[in-house]
Amino acid sequence: MIRLPFVLLFSAFLFSAGVYGVLARRNAVMVLMAIELMLNAVNVNLVAFSSSLHDVGGQIFALFVIAVAAAEVGIGLAIVILLFRNRASINVDEVNLLKW
Amino acid sequence: MIGQAVLPTPELVFEPLLPELVLVVFAMAGLLYEALAKRTEAVVHLSIGLVGVVLAGGTSLWLWDWDGPATVLGDAVSADRFAVLARLLLLVVAALGLLLGHQYFARSGDEQRGEFTPLLLFATSGMTLIVASADLILTFLALEILSLALYVLTGLTGRRAANEAAMKYFLLGAFSSAFFLYGVAMAYGATGTTKIAAMALALTGTGEAQALAVLGFALLAVGFAFKVSAAPFHMWTPDVYQGAPTPITAFMSAATKVAAFGALIRVLDVAFQALAWDWAPVVWGLAAASVVIGSILAIAQTNVKRMLAYSSIAHAGFILTGLTAAGSAGIRAAMFYLVAYAAMTVGAFGTVMVVSGRGEKRTRIGDYTGLARTNPIAAALMTLFLLSLAGIPPTAGFIAKVNVFSAAIDAGYWVLALIGVVTSVAAAFFYLRVIVLMYMQEPEPAAPSLTEKVGIGAENSATAILAIPAAATLLLGVFPGVIVGIIRDASVLRW
Repeated sequence: MIRLPFVLLFSAFLFSAGVYGVLARRNAVMVLMAIELMLNAVNVNLVAFSSSLHDVGGQIFALFVIAVAAAEVGIGLAIVILLFRNRASINVDEVNLLKW
Repeated sequence: MIGQAVLPTPELVFEPLLPELVLVVFAMAGLLYEALAKRTEAVVHLSIGLVGVVLAGGTSLWLWDWDGPATVLGDAVSADRFAVLARLLLLVVAALGLLLGHQYFARSGDEQRGEFTPLLLFATSGMTLIVASADLILTFLALEILSLALYVLTGLTGRRAANEAAMKYFLLGAFSSAFFLYGVAMAYGATGTTKIAAMALALTGTGEAQALAVLGFALLAVGFAFKVSAAPFHMWTPDVYQGAPTPITAFMSAATKVAAFGALIRVLDVAFQALAWDWAPVVWGLAAASVVIGSILAIAQTNVKRMLAYSSIAHAGFILTGLTAAGSAGIRAAMFYLVAYAAMTVGAFGTVMVVSGRGEKRTRIGDYTGLARTNPIAAALMTLFLLSLAGIPPTAGFIAKVNVFSAAIDAGYWVLALIGVVTSVAAAFFYLRVIVLMYMQEPEPAAPSLTEKVGIGAENSATAILAIPAAATLLLGVFPGVIVGIIRDASVLRW
């Protein structure tokens, strides 16, 4: 039996790793993977809460999140491929036609 | 014993979900038409979309007098009048978006993409779902439905700028959704439920779970602030509004704000109402940052779409100013502002579309020099919408600003109202600058007039569409009473 705080800490660590990946990586596909890591950290969190609360709602939510994450990857990769066709690069630093 | 176990299932009452079902059915009809027809006509796509939107509007109107349970489908969907009013507003914006988009593709030289109408309907279904959602699982799903459709719509033309905008919108949007989701997970952990009514009950009185709930709210606020483009989560807005095709910018600038604010209102004033003392300072800070950053950075812009994007950040701040007043007073002010804002921003971006011409060549502020000579109708429309955005009477923007400021003052946040008033004055500068350029300077000799370029017919029908937001902007400014009663009825959240 793993106690809840450990799982929550693990999930917080995964989430932070994802945030770091989004901010530090320059390759669009790597950024996408880091976002997936964040979503999965939330899934761990939801399942942990669900198990400790004895409520099945959290697990159902996690299933929805998995489905949404899959759709998100589909759209994201399509946009990245279009970007690669347009400029032969998927480095997010070089995407600078529109100035911040 | 197996076979005798009874699973409790929620009673299935689908009526409050009818508008979304209609929209999705028509979106799929559009997809099937595009996939199966040998030659597709843009007009047929437009008709499918408009019929879908009108039918969804009819079912929403019917729900105004809904006397069934307040929430249905296991307390996941709310059937109150707030949802009905927000839906109707969203559907009007969607219809204008469809019409403007049809005009845009007819004259921009880009081929009309068959995905346009279905994607817009899917996005609208997500938006109408989120304002009725009474369960954070459903809120998250609706948020993703509308976001994923909007990412694709942004990059629809495949031009480099649009592609870049889609990329930035997608990466930052997915990033913020993850924060939102983490917030939902925390709130679930704190209260043991994702239903906002049950959440409200769980948060009253208990002190233990509140720390986790406050953390959850903070993360939820990041997600919402991103979607409504409130500073400091506004970075994507100028790029996306500039890069996206203009009719899509018009649609999403208005509709996304209405949808996200609708969901935010439900989360603030129902789920987290017990924590009002904790969330009010957060909303205060977001509002102050948005009005200041939006108004100041807009002054430095040279592109009209970017300028309007920064202005939309400032307007998100004004709406948040109204929301600092908890409960029905704040909802009334915010709803009126949303109606006014939807009319004026769709109108402003629509006029930008008319002026920008083929391939969106003319979107610099300099291109508006002497517009009153070359295209007097567009100049007059732009003037009306800019005056309304600046909040000058007798336009809708003025009444809306008065409402949010008085709501904030009544709730005791007079410093915030003061910041709002001061920045409104500063913001008037960049709106009036465009009007001065249009009326008080001669057109550049090289600039060809618009009518030579696209033909007078396309020009007129695009302008005719803009008569609707123009009429709404004036009507709400002169007779705000026409809608006050409706908003009062809709400002009570049932749960």
